[in-house]
Amino acid sequence: MSFFEAKSLTKKFGGLTAVNDLSFSVEKGEIFGIIGPNGSGKTTVFNLISRFFPVTSGEIWFQDKRIDALPAHEICKIGIGRTFQVVKPLRRMTVQENVMAGAFLRTGSITNARHRAEEIINFCNMDNYKLREAKGLPIPLRKRLEIARALATEPQLLLLDETCAGLNPKESEAAIELIRRIRDAGITIIIIEHIMKVMMGISDRILAINFGKEIALGKPQEVANHPEVIKAYLGDAYA
Amino acid sequence: MLNKKMLMTIAFALIAVALPLVIKAPYQQHILILVLIWATMGTAWNLLSGYAGQVSFGHAAFFGVGAYSAGLLTLHLGLSPWWGLILGPVMAMLVALPIGAIAFRLRGPYFALATLALGEIFRLVFLNTTNFTNGAKGILIMPAITSKVFYYYVGLGMLAVTVLVVYLIVHSKVGFYLVSIREDQDAATSLGIPTSLYKNLALLPSAFFTGLAGAFYMNYVAFIEPNIVFNLTNISIMVILVVMLGGVATTWGPTIGAALYIIMGELFRTTLGPANVLVFGVIVCLIIMFLPNGIAGELDILKRITQRKKAGLSGGV
Ligand SMILES: Nc1ncnc2c1ncn2[C@@H]1O[C@H](COP(=O)(O)OP(=O)(O)O)[C@@H](O)[C@H]1O
Ligand SMILES: [Mg+2]
Repeated sequence: MSFFEAKSLTKKFGGLTAVNDLSFSVEKGEIFGIIGPNGSGKTTVFNLISRFFPVTSGEIWFQDKRIDALPAHEICKIGIGRTFQVVKPLRRMTVQENVMAGAFLRTGSITNARHRAEEIINFCNMDNYKLREAKGLPIPLRKRLEIARALATEPQLLLLDETCAGLNPKESEAAIELIRRIRDAGITIIIIEHIMKVMMGISDRILAINFGKEIALGKPQEVANHPEVIKAYLGDAYA
Repeated sequence: MLNKKMLMTIAFALIAVALPLVIKAPYQQHILILVLIWATMGTAWNLLSGYAGQVSFGHAAFFGVGAYSAGLLTLHLGLSPWWGLILGPVMAMLVALPIGAIAFRLRGPYFALATLALGEIFRLVFLNTTNFTNGAKGILIMPAITSKVFYYYVGLGMLAVTVLVVYLIVHSKVGFYLVSIREDQDAATSLGIPTSLYKNLALLPSAFFTGLAGAFYMNYVAFIEPNIVFNLTNISIMVILVVMLGGVATTWGPTIGAALYIIMGELFRTTLGPANVLVFGVIVCLIIMFLPNGIAGELDILKRITQRKKAGLSGGV
Protein backbone atom coordinates (compact mmCIF):
# COMPACT_ATOMS: atom_id res chain seq x y z
CA MET A 1 0.00 0.00 0.00
CA SER A 2 1.12 3.55 -0.73
CA PHE A 3 2.36 6.05 1.83
CA PHE A 4 -0.79 8.09 1.32
CA GLU A 5 -3.98 7.14 -0.47
CA ALA A 6 -7.28 8.79 -1.21
CA LYS A 7 -9.96 6.42 -2.45
CA SER A 8 -13.10 7.62 -4.22
CA LEU A 9 -13.08 10.84 -2.26
CA THR A 10 -16.35 12.78 -2.58
CA LYS A 11 -17.48 15.99 -0.91
CA LYS A 12 -20.87 17.59 -1.43
CA PHE A 13 -21.86 21.02 -0.16
CA GLY A 14 -25.62 20.79 -0.44
CA GLY A 15 -26.25 20.38 -4.16
CA LEU A 16 -22.67 21.24 -5.15
CA THR A 17 -20.22 18.37 -5.57
CA ALA A 18 -16.88 20.05 -4.83
CA VAL A 19 -14.87 16.81 -4.94
CA ASN A 20 -16.19 14.01 -7.08
CA ASP A 21 -14.98 10.40 -6.77
CA LEU A 22 -11.32 11.37 -6.67
CA SER A 23 -8.64 8.73 -6.13
CA PHE A 24 -4.88 9.19 -5.96
CA SER A 25 -1.89 7.91 -4.06
CA VAL A 26 1.36 9.51 -3.03
CA GLU A 27 4.67 7.73 -2.47
CA LYS A 28 7.10 8.52 0.30
CA GLY A 29 9.55 11.27 -0.64
CA GLU A 30 7.48 12.50 -3.56
CA ILE A 31 6.40 16.03 -4.40
CA PHE A 32 2.88 15.47 -5.64
CA GLY A 33 1.16 18.38 -7.34
CA ILE A 34 -2.55 19.08 -7.68
CA ILE A 35 -3.62 21.62 -10.29
CA GLY A 36 -6.94 22.87 -11.52
CA PRO A 37 -8.75 26.09 -12.28
CA ASN A 38 -10.16 28.21 -9.48
CA GLY A 39 -13.01 26.53 -7.69
CA SER A 40 -12.13 23.08 -9.00
CA GLY A 41 -11.98 21.61 -5.49
CA LYS A 42 -8.25 21.64 -4.67
CA THR A 43 -8.52 23.32 -1.27
CA THR A 44 -11.48 21.13 -0.43
CA VAL A 45 -9.27 18.07 -0.94
CA PHE A 46 -6.89 19.45 1.69
CA ASN A 47 -9.75 20.26 4.02
CA LEU A 48 -10.91 16.65 3.70
CA ILE A 49 -7.46 15.22 4.37
CA SER A 50 -6.92 17.48 7.39
CA ARG A 51 -10.46 16.70 8.58
CA PHE A 52 -11.64 20.30 8.58
CA PHE A 53 -14.60 18.92 6.65
CA PRO A 54 -16.04 15.42 7.00
CA VAL A 55 -15.94 13.40 3.78
CA THR A 56 -19.29 12.70 2.13
CA SER A 57 -17.95 9.35 0.98
CA GLY A 58 -14.62 7.69 0.27
CA GLU A 59 -11.59 6.74 2.32
CA ILE A 60 -8.27 8.32 3.25
CA TRP A 61 -5.31 6.16 4.22
CA PHE A 62 -1.99 7.28 5.66
CA GLN A 63 0.78 4.83 6.51
CA ASP A 64 -1.62 1.89 6.44
CA LYS A 65 -4.09 3.57 8.78
CA ARG A 66 -7.51 4.80 7.81
CA ILE A 67 -7.69 8.42 8.94
CA ASP A 68 -10.93 9.85 7.58
CA ALA A 69 -12.75 9.51 10.91
CA LEU A 70 -10.09 11.03 13.16
CA PRO A 71 -10.76 14.40 14.85
CA ALA A 72 -9.05 17.31 13.05
CA HIS A 73 -6.41 17.92 15.71
CA GLU A 74 -5.26 14.28 15.55
CA ILE A 75 -4.29 14.61 11.89
CA CYS A 76 -1.32 16.75 12.78
CA LYS A 77 -0.28 14.36 15.54
CA ILE A 78 -0.09 11.39 13.16
CA GLY A 79 2.25 13.39 10.93
CA ILE A 80 0.24 15.40 8.40
CA GLY A 81 0.89 19.15 8.49
CA ARG A 82 -0.84 21.77 6.37
CA THR A 83 -0.73 25.41 5.36
CA PHE A 84 -3.69 27.59 4.45
CA GLN A 85 -4.21 29.26 1.09
CA VAL A 86 -5.71 32.22 2.90
CA VAL A 87 -2.97 32.51 5.50
CA LYS A 88 -3.96 32.20 9.15
CA PRO A 89 -1.11 33.67 11.18
CA LEU A 90 -1.41 33.81 14.97
CA ARG A 91 -1.54 37.55 14.55
CA ARG A 92 -0.51 38.97 17.89
CA MET A 93 2.18 36.37 18.45
CA THR A 94 5.72 36.79 17.21
CA VAL A 95 7.14 34.65 14.43
CA GLN A 96 9.04 32.73 17.08
CA GLU A 97 5.91 32.17 19.16
CA ASN A 98 3.97 31.07 16.08
CA VAL A 99 6.56 28.41 15.33
CA MET A 100 6.77 27.41 19.00
CA ALA A 101 3.01 26.83 18.99
CA GLY A 102 3.68 24.19 16.36
CA ALA A 103 6.69 22.74 18.14
CA PHE A 104 4.69 22.11 21.33
CA LEU A 105 3.02 19.18 19.59
CA ARG A 106 6.17 17.14 20.21
CA THR A 107 7.36 18.60 23.52
CA GLY A 108 5.94 20.01 26.72
CA SER A 109 8.99 22.11 27.50
CA ILE A 110 9.27 25.79 26.65
CA THR A 111 13.04 25.53 26.26
CA ASN A 112 12.79 22.62 23.84
CA ALA A 113 10.02 24.31 21.86
CA ARG A 114 12.01 27.53 21.60
CA HIS A 115 15.10 25.62 20.54
CA ARG A 116 13.17 23.72 17.88
CA ALA A 117 11.58 26.96 16.69
CA GLU A 118 15.01 28.58 16.35
CA GLU A 119 16.19 25.73 14.12
CA ILE A 120 13.14 25.89 11.92
CA ILE A 121 13.15 29.67 11.66
CA ASN A 122 16.76 29.40 10.58
CA PHE A 123 15.89 26.65 8.07
CA CYS A 124 13.23 28.93 6.61
CA ASN A 125 15.57 31.95 6.50
CA MET A 126 13.41 34.01 8.83
CA ASP A 127 15.93 34.79 11.59
CA ASN A 128 15.62 38.51 11.02
CA TYR A 129 11.91 38.46 11.69
CA LYS A 130 11.70 36.11 14.64
CA LEU A 131 10.64 38.77 17.15
CA ARG A 132 8.21 40.47 14.78
CA GLU A 133 4.51 40.12 15.40
CA ALA A 134 2.93 38.00 12.70
CA LYS A 135 0.29 40.60 11.91
CA GLY A 136 2.92 43.06 10.70
CA LEU A 137 4.54 40.70 8.19
CA PRO A 138 4.22 41.18 4.43
CA ILE A 139 2.45 38.42 2.50
CA PRO A 140 5.52 36.48 1.31
CA LEU A 141 6.73 36.17 4.89
CA ARG A 142 3.30 35.21 6.14
CA LYS A 143 3.22 32.42 3.58
CA ARG A 144 6.65 31.33 4.75
CA LEU A 145 5.49 31.46 8.36
CA GLU A 146 2.66 29.07 7.48
CA ILE A 147 5.28 26.59 6.30
CA ALA A 148 7.60 27.15 9.27
CA ARG A 149 4.77 26.62 11.74
CA ALA A 150 3.65 23.43 10.04
CA LEU A 151 7.24 22.15 9.90
CA ALA A 152 7.54 22.64 13.66
CA THR A 153 4.93 19.92 14.18
CA GLU A 154 7.43 17.54 12.51
CA PRO A 155 5.17 16.27 9.76
CA GLN A 156 5.99 13.36 7.47
CA LEU A 157 3.51 14.62 4.92
CA LEU A 158 3.10 18.33 4.29
CA LEU A 159 0.11 19.84 2.47
CA LEU A 160 0.98 23.18 0.84
CA ASP A 161 -1.94 25.23 -0.46
CA GLU A 162 -0.91 27.84 -3.07
CA THR A 163 2.37 28.80 -1.43
CA CYS A 164 3.48 30.78 -4.47
CA ALA A 165 0.21 32.54 -5.25
CA GLY A 166 0.56 36.31 -4.98
CA LEU A 167 4.36 36.23 -4.92
CA ASN A 168 6.56 37.96 -7.49
CA PRO A 169 8.91 35.74 -9.56
CA LYS A 170 11.85 36.25 -7.21
CA GLU A 171 9.85 35.49 -4.06
CA SER A 172 8.30 32.53 -5.83
CA GLU A 173 11.77 31.23 -6.69
CA ALA A 174 12.78 31.46 -3.02
CA ALA A 175 9.64 29.60 -1.96
CA ILE A 176 10.35 26.82 -4.46
CA GLU A 177 13.89 26.54 -3.18
CA LEU A 178 12.52 26.13 0.36
CA ILE A 179 10.04 23.48 -0.77
CA ARG A 180 12.87 21.51 -2.41
CA ARG A 181 14.90 21.65 0.79
CA ILE A 182 11.92 20.42 2.78
CA ARG A 183 11.61 17.44 0.46
CA ASP A 184 15.36 16.81 0.73
CA ALA A 185 14.93 16.71 4.52
CA GLY A 186 12.74 13.65 3.96
CA ILE A 187 9.26 15.15 4.04
CA THR A 188 6.70 14.07 1.49
CA ILE A 189 4.77 16.96 -0.04
CA ILE A 190 1.41 17.44 -1.69
CA ILE A 191 1.30 20.88 -3.24
CA ILE A 192 -1.58 22.79 -4.74
CA GLU A 193 -0.70 25.53 -7.16
CA HIS A 194 -2.73 27.54 -9.55
CA ILE A 195 0.30 28.53 -11.61
CA MET A 196 1.16 25.70 -13.97
CA LYS A 197 4.76 26.84 -14.45
CA VAL A 198 5.60 26.56 -10.77
CA MET A 199 4.24 23.04 -10.66
CA MET A 200 6.11 21.86 -13.74
CA GLY A 201 9.44 22.59 -12.13
CA ILE A 202 9.06 20.87 -8.79
CA SER A 203 6.44 18.15 -8.99
CA ASP A 204 7.34 14.51 -9.51
CA ARG A 205 3.78 13.80 -10.54
CA ILE A 206 0.75 15.99 -11.08
CA LEU A 207 -2.96 15.38 -10.68
CA ALA A 208 -5.14 17.74 -12.70
CA ILE A 209 -8.74 18.18 -11.60
CA ASN A 210 -11.74 20.10 -12.82
CA PHE A 211 -15.15 20.25 -11.17
CA GLY A 212 -13.70 18.01 -8.46
CA LYS A 213 -12.94 15.21 -10.92
CA GLU A 214 -9.64 13.85 -12.17
CA ILE A 215 -8.86 14.88 -15.74
CA ALA A 216 -5.24 13.77 -15.89
CA LEU A 217 -2.58 12.17 -13.72
CA GLY A 218 1.09 11.58 -14.46
CA LYS A 219 4.46 13.18 -15.10
CA PRO A 220 4.36 16.98 -15.39
CA GLN A 221 4.98 16.92 -19.15
CA GLU A 222 2.27 14.35 -19.78
CA VAL A 223 -0.24 16.30 -17.74
CA ALA A 224 0.67 19.63 -19.32
CA ASN A 225 0.15 18.20 -22.80
CA HIS A 226 -3.00 16.33 -21.98
CA PRO A 227 -5.82 17.64 -24.20
CA GLU A 228 -8.32 17.74 -21.31
CA VAL A 229 -5.91 19.84 -19.24
CA ILE A 230 -5.23 22.25 -22.07
CA LYS A 231 -8.94 22.63 -22.61
CA ALA A 232 -10.01 22.91 -18.97
CA TYR A 233 -7.06 24.60 -17.40
CA LEU A 234 -4.63 26.21 -19.81
CA GLY A 235 -7.58 26.87 -22.04
CA ASP A 236 -8.88 29.77 -20.06
CA ALA A 237 -5.41 30.96 -18.99
CA TYR A 238 -4.18 31.21 -22.59
CA ALA A 239 -7.43 32.20 -24.25
CA MET B 1 16.09 40.28 32.39
CA LEU B 2 14.39 37.64 34.48
CA ASN B 3 16.25 38.85 37.54
CA LYS B 4 15.11 42.40 37.03
CA LYS B 5 11.56 41.17 36.68
CA MET B 6 11.83 39.10 39.84
CA LEU B 7 13.30 42.03 41.78
CA MET B 8 10.43 44.24 40.68
CA THR B 9 7.91 41.61 41.75
CA ILE B 10 9.57 41.23 45.14
CA ALA B 11 9.65 44.99 45.61
CA PHE B 12 5.92 45.29 44.83
CA ALA B 13 5.15 42.32 47.08
CA LEU B 14 6.98 44.02 49.95
CA ILE B 15 5.08 47.24 49.37
CA ALA B 16 1.81 45.29 49.33
CA VAL B 17 2.73 43.57 52.60
CA ALA B 18 3.71 46.87 54.25
CA LEU B 19 0.70 48.82 52.99
CA PRO B 20 -1.66 48.30 56.00
CA LEU B 21 1.14 49.54 58.27
CA VAL B 22 1.09 52.83 56.41
CA ILE B 23 -2.56 53.10 55.47
CA LYS B 24 -4.32 52.79 58.80
CA ALA B 25 -7.74 54.37 58.29
CA PRO B 26 -10.37 51.58 58.23
CA TYR B 27 -12.15 53.16 55.26
CA GLN B 28 -8.95 53.22 53.23
CA GLN B 29 -8.15 49.67 54.27
CA HIS B 30 -11.64 48.70 53.15
CA ILE B 31 -10.87 50.12 49.69
CA LEU B 32 -7.65 48.11 49.56
CA ILE B 33 -9.51 44.91 50.38
CA LEU B 34 -12.01 45.62 47.60
CA VAL B 35 -9.08 46.13 45.23
CA LEU B 36 -7.72 42.71 46.20
CA ILE B 37 -11.08 41.05 45.53
CA TRP B 38 -11.44 42.71 42.13
CA ALA B 39 -7.83 42.04 41.23
CA THR B 40 -8.35 38.34 41.97
CA MET B 41 -11.51 38.24 39.90
CA GLY B 42 -9.90 40.19 37.08
CA THR B 43 -6.91 37.88 37.02
CA ALA B 44 -9.24 34.87 36.85
CA TRP B 45 -11.36 36.40 34.09
CA ASN B 46 -8.21 37.34 32.19
CA LEU B 47 -7.05 33.72 31.91
CA LEU B 48 -10.22 32.67 30.11
CA SER B 49 -11.17 35.80 28.23
CA GLY B 50 -7.89 37.67 27.88
CA TYR B 51 -5.48 34.87 27.10
CA ALA B 52 -7.76 32.20 25.68
CA GLY B 53 -10.06 34.77 24.04
CA GLN B 54 -13.28 33.15 25.26
CA VAL B 55 -15.09 36.24 26.48
CA SER B 56 -17.33 35.65 29.47
CA PHE B 57 -20.18 38.00 30.27
CA GLY B 58 -21.25 35.91 33.21
CA HIS B 59 -18.49 35.73 35.77
CA ALA B 60 -21.03 36.90 38.33
CA ALA B 61 -22.35 33.33 38.21
CA PHE B 62 -19.06 31.97 39.56
CA PHE B 63 -18.62 34.86 41.98
CA GLY B 64 -22.14 34.47 43.32
CA VAL B 65 -21.91 30.70 43.61
CA GLY B 66 -18.69 31.14 45.57
CA ALA B 67 -20.30 33.72 47.85
CA TYR B 68 -23.44 31.65 48.38
CA SER B 69 -21.42 28.51 49.09
CA ALA B 70 -19.95 30.31 52.07
CA GLY B 71 -23.28 31.87 53.10
CA LEU B 72 -25.36 28.71 52.79
CA LEU B 73 -22.89 26.63 54.79
CA THR B 74 -23.44 28.99 57.67
CA LEU B 75 -27.16 29.44 57.14
CA HIS B 76 -28.07 25.76 56.90
CA LEU B 77 -25.27 23.87 58.58
CA GLY B 78 -24.01 26.42 61.05
CA LEU B 79 -20.49 25.91 59.71
CA SER B 80 -17.90 28.67 59.62
CA PRO B 81 -18.19 30.61 56.35
CA TRP B 82 -14.46 30.13 55.95
CA TRP B 83 -15.23 26.60 54.72
CA GLY B 84 -16.67 28.46 51.75
CA LEU B 85 -13.12 29.18 50.62
CA ILE B 86 -12.90 25.47 49.80
CA LEU B 87 -16.49 24.74 48.77
CA GLY B 88 -17.02 27.96 46.78
CA PRO B 89 -14.29 27.44 44.18
CA VAL B 90 -15.28 23.79 43.75
CA MET B 91 -18.94 24.68 43.24
CA ALA B 92 -17.99 27.38 40.75
CA MET B 93 -16.03 24.80 38.77
CA LEU B 94 -18.97 22.40 38.84
CA VAL B 95 -21.16 25.15 37.41
CA ALA B 96 -18.56 25.89 34.73
CA LEU B 97 -18.12 22.27 33.66
CA PRO B 98 -21.37 21.76 31.69
CA ILE B 99 -21.23 25.26 30.20
CA GLY B 100 -17.77 24.58 28.81
CA ALA B 101 -18.66 21.09 27.67
CA ILE B 102 -21.62 22.39 25.67
CA ALA B 103 -20.76 25.90 24.53
CA PHE B 104 -17.14 25.32 23.52
CA ARG B 105 -18.17 22.78 20.92
CA LEU B 106 -19.89 25.52 18.96
CA ARG B 107 -18.16 28.22 16.99
CA GLY B 108 -19.12 31.87 17.26
CA PRO B 109 -20.65 33.87 20.09
CA TYR B 110 -22.31 30.92 21.82
CA PHE B 111 -20.00 30.83 24.78
CA ALA B 112 -20.38 34.56 25.42
CA LEU B 113 -24.16 34.25 25.18
CA ALA B 114 -24.23 31.15 27.37
CA THR B 115 -22.28 32.89 30.12
CA LEU B 116 -24.49 35.98 29.85
CA ALA B 117 -27.54 33.81 30.36
CA LEU B 118 -25.85 31.83 33.11
CA GLY B 119 -25.33 34.82 35.40
CA GLU B 120 -28.91 36.00 34.96
CA ILE B 121 -30.35 32.51 35.46
CA PHE B 122 -28.47 32.14 38.72
CA ARG B 123 -29.65 35.54 39.91
CA LEU B 124 -33.28 34.64 39.23
CA VAL B 125 -33.04 31.14 40.68
CA PHE B 126 -31.39 32.40 43.87
CA LEU B 127 -33.98 35.18 44.14
CA ASN B 128 -36.86 32.75 43.86
CA THR B 129 -35.76 29.70 45.83
CA THR B 130 -36.49 31.60 49.02
CA ASN B 131 -36.60 28.54 51.28
CA PHE B 132 -33.06 27.63 50.42
CA THR B 133 -31.41 31.00 49.80
CA ASN B 134 -33.54 33.52 51.73
CA GLY B 135 -34.26 35.11 48.33
CA ALA B 136 -34.01 38.88 48.12
CA LYS B 137 -33.68 39.09 51.88
CA GLY B 138 -30.17 37.79 51.47
CA ILE B 139 -27.89 36.12 53.96
CA LEU B 140 -26.34 38.00 56.84
CA ILE B 141 -23.61 36.44 58.93
CA MET B 142 -21.84 37.53 62.09
CA PRO B 143 -18.15 37.54 61.25
CA ALA B 144 -15.91 36.11 63.95
CA ILE B 145 -13.10 38.44 62.94
CA THR B 146 -13.56 42.14 62.26
CA SER B 147 -9.95 43.32 61.91
CA LYS B 148 -9.54 44.90 58.46
CA VAL B 149 -5.83 44.11 58.54
CA PHE B 150 -6.63 40.41 58.83
CA TYR B 151 -8.89 40.49 55.78
CA TYR B 152 -6.30 42.48 53.90
CA TYR B 153 -3.66 39.79 54.36
CA VAL B 154 -6.04 36.94 53.55
CA GLY B 155 -7.08 38.83 50.42
CA LEU B 156 -3.48 39.51 49.52
CA GLY B 157 -2.68 35.81 49.88
CA MET B 158 -5.65 34.96 47.66
CA LEU B 159 -4.50 37.39 44.97
CA ALA B 160 -0.90 36.16 45.18
CA VAL B 161 -1.94 32.53 44.67
CA THR B 162 -4.26 33.49 41.80
CA VAL B 163 -1.64 35.58 40.01
CA LEU B 164 0.98 32.88 40.50
CA VAL B 165 -1.20 30.03 39.21
CA VAL B 166 -2.40 32.05 36.22
CA TYR B 167 1.19 33.12 35.51
CA LEU B 168 2.40 29.51 35.57
CA ILE B 169 -0.42 28.39 33.28
CA VAL B 170 0.15 31.24 30.83
CA HIS B 171 3.90 30.67 30.71
CA SER B 172 3.58 26.99 29.92
CA LYS B 173 2.63 25.00 26.85
CA VAL B 174 -1.01 25.39 27.92
CA GLY B 175 -0.66 29.17 27.81
CA PHE B 176 0.82 29.08 24.31
CA TYR B 177 -2.04 26.89 23.20
CA LEU B 178 -4.65 29.19 24.78
CA VAL B 179 -3.26 32.24 23.00
CA SER B 180 -3.02 30.29 19.74
CA ILE B 181 -6.69 29.38 20.03
CA ARG B 182 -7.55 33.02 20.65
CA GLU B 183 -5.56 34.18 17.64
CA ASP B 184 -6.89 31.62 15.16
CA GLN B 185 -8.84 28.54 15.96
CA ASP B 186 -8.31 26.90 12.55
CA ALA B 187 -4.58 27.44 12.72
CA ALA B 188 -4.56 26.04 16.25
CA THR B 189 -6.43 22.94 15.11
CA SER B 190 -4.01 22.49 12.22
CA LEU B 191 -1.16 22.47 14.74
CA GLY B 192 -2.73 19.57 16.58
CA ILE B 193 -4.33 21.54 19.40
CA PRO B 194 -7.57 20.03 20.77
CA THR B 195 -9.29 23.38 21.08
CA SER B 196 -12.36 22.47 23.18
CA LEU B 197 -10.22 20.68 25.74
CA TYR B 198 -7.87 23.63 26.12
CA LYS B 199 -10.69 26.14 26.41
CA ASN B 200 -11.97 24.09 29.32
CA LEU B 201 -8.49 24.12 30.81
CA ALA B 202 -8.82 27.92 30.90
CA LEU B 203 -12.45 28.01 32.05
CA LEU B 204 -12.07 25.75 35.08
CA PRO B 205 -9.28 27.64 36.90
CA SER B 206 -10.99 30.89 35.94
CA ALA B 207 -14.22 29.76 37.59
CA PHE B 208 -12.28 28.36 40.54
CA PHE B 209 -10.57 31.63 41.45
CA THR B 210 -13.67 33.69 40.79
CA GLY B 211 -15.56 31.40 43.18
CA LEU B 212 -12.77 31.88 45.68
CA ALA B 213 -13.08 35.65 45.42
CA GLY B 214 -16.84 35.30 45.96
CA ALA B 215 -16.42 33.17 49.06
CA PHE B 216 -13.89 35.62 50.47
CA TYR B 217 -16.26 38.49 49.68
CA MET B 218 -19.00 36.81 51.75
CA ASN B 219 -16.63 36.38 54.68
CA TYR B 220 -15.51 39.96 54.51
CA VAL B 221 -18.72 41.85 53.74
CA ALA B 222 -20.87 39.40 55.75
CA PHE B 223 -23.99 40.11 53.72
CA ILE B 224 -25.03 38.88 50.29
CA GLU B 225 -28.16 38.86 48.23
CA PRO B 226 -28.70 37.68 44.64
CA ASN B 227 -28.99 41.16 43.14
CA ILE B 228 -25.57 42.02 44.51
CA VAL B 229 -23.44 38.97 43.86
CA PHE B 230 -25.09 37.82 40.61
CA ASN B 231 -25.24 41.36 39.23
CA LEU B 232 -24.69 41.70 35.50
CA THR B 233 -23.35 45.27 35.41
CA ASN B 234 -21.75 45.52 38.83
CA ILE B 235 -19.96 42.18 38.63
CA SER B 236 -19.86 40.58 35.17
CA ILE B 237 -19.40 43.77 33.15
CA MET B 238 -17.32 45.51 35.76
CA VAL B 239 -14.73 42.75 35.79
CA ILE B 240 -14.37 43.19 32.03
CA LEU B 241 -13.82 46.94 32.41
CA VAL B 242 -11.32 46.41 35.21
CA VAL B 243 -9.20 44.14 33.01
CA MET B 244 -9.53 46.34 29.93
CA LEU B 245 -8.37 49.31 31.94
CA GLY B 246 -5.31 47.55 33.30
CA GLY B 247 -4.39 45.47 30.27
CA VAL B 248 -5.98 42.38 28.75
CA ALA B 249 -3.71 39.33 28.61
CA THR B 250 -1.02 40.80 30.86
CA THR B 251 0.15 39.49 34.24
CA TRP B 252 -0.46 42.62 36.28
CA GLY B 253 -3.10 44.33 34.14
CA PRO B 254 -6.06 43.09 36.19
CA THR B 255 -4.44 44.19 39.45
CA ILE B 256 -3.51 47.61 38.06
CA GLY B 257 -6.99 47.93 36.59
CA ALA B 258 -8.67 46.96 39.85
CA ALA B 259 -6.63 49.48 41.84
CA LEU B 260 -7.34 52.24 39.36
CA TYR B 261 -11.01 51.43 38.96
CA ILE B 262 -11.86 51.05 42.63
CA ILE B 263 -9.79 53.97 43.88
CA MET B 264 -10.89 56.29 41.10
CA GLY B 265 -14.51 55.22 41.59
CA GLU B 266 -14.38 55.91 45.33
CA LEU B 267 -12.61 59.22 44.81
CA PHE B 268 -15.27 60.43 42.42
CA ARG B 269 -18.09 59.09 44.55
CA THR B 270 -16.93 61.02 47.57
CA THR B 271 -15.98 64.24 45.77
CA LEU B 272 -18.26 64.69 42.79
CA GLY B 273 -21.65 63.89 44.22
CA PRO B 274 -24.38 62.81 41.81
CA ALA B 275 -22.28 63.41 38.66
CA ASN B 276 -19.68 60.83 39.71
CA VAL B 277 -21.01 57.91 37.66
CA LEU B 278 -21.06 59.98 34.48
CA VAL B 279 -17.58 61.43 34.95
CA PHE B 280 -16.20 58.05 35.94
CA GLY B 281 -17.78 56.39 32.92
CA VAL B 282 -16.39 59.00 30.55
CA ILE B 283 -12.89 58.69 32.00
CA VAL B 284 -12.93 54.89 31.77
CA CYS B 285 -14.05 55.19 28.13
CA LEU B 286 -11.30 57.69 27.36
CA ILE B 287 -8.60 55.51 28.87
CA ILE B 288 -9.81 52.48 26.96
CA MET B 289 -9.95 54.53 23.73
CA PHE B 290 -6.50 56.06 24.04
CA LEU B 291 -4.78 53.08 25.64
CA PRO B 292 -6.56 50.24 23.83
CA ASN B 293 -4.15 47.70 25.28
CA GLY B 294 -4.66 48.90 28.82
CA ILE B 295 -1.94 50.34 30.98
CA ALA B 296 0.13 47.17 31.40
CA GLY B 297 -0.48 46.31 27.74
CA GLU B 298 0.96 49.57 26.43
CA LEU B 299 4.02 49.14 28.65
CA ASP B 300 4.52 45.62 27.27
CA ILE B 301 4.49 46.91 23.71
CA LEU B 302 7.16 49.50 24.54
CA LYS B 303 9.26 46.80 26.16
CA ARG B 304 9.00 44.50 23.14
CA ILE B 305 10.08 47.25 20.76
CA THR B 306 13.16 48.12 22.83
CA GLN B 307 14.01 44.43 23.20
CA ARG B 308 13.96 44.03 19.45
CA LYS B 309 16.03 47.19 18.92
CA LYS B 310 18.61 45.88 21.37
CA ALA B 311 18.81 42.56 19.57
CA GLY B 312 19.35 44.49 16.33
CA LEU B 313 16.45 42.70 14.68
CA SER B 314 13.90 43.92 12.18
CA GLY B 315 11.75 46.69 13.65
CA GLY B 316 8.16 47.79 13.26
CA VAL B 317 5.28 46.46 15.29
N1 LIG C 1 -17.28 25.52 3.16
C1 LIG C 1 -17.85 25.52 1.95
N2 LIG C 1 -19.20 25.56 1.83
C2 LIG C 1 -19.78 25.56 0.62
N3 LIG C 1 -19.12 25.50 -0.54
C3 LIG C 1 -17.77 25.44 -0.50
C4 LIG C 1 -17.07 25.44 0.74
N4 LIG C 1 -15.74 25.39 0.49
C5 LIG C 1 -15.63 25.35 -0.85
N5 LIG C 1 -16.83 25.37 -1.44
C6 LIG C 1 -17.09 25.30 -2.90
O1 LIG C 1 -16.44 24.17 -3.41
C7 LIG C 1 -15.85 24.44 -4.66
C8 LIG C 1 -14.38 24.12 -4.62
O2 LIG C 1 -13.72 25.12 -3.83
P1 LIG C 1 -12.18 25.02 -3.49
O3 LIG C 1 -11.87 23.65 -3.03
O4 LIG C 1 -11.87 26.12 -2.58
O5 LIG C 1 -11.51 25.28 -4.91
P2 LIG C 1 -10.01 25.59 -5.29
O6 LIG C 1 -9.17 25.49 -4.08
O7 LIG C 1 -9.66 24.59 -6.33
O8 LIG C 1 -10.00 26.97 -5.87
C9 LIG C 1 -16.17 25.89 -4.99
O9 LIG C 1 -17.31 25.94 -5.81
C10 LIG C 1 -16.48 26.48 -3.64
O10 LIG C 1 -17.38 27.55 -3.74
MG1 LIG D 1 -7.97 26.87 -3.17
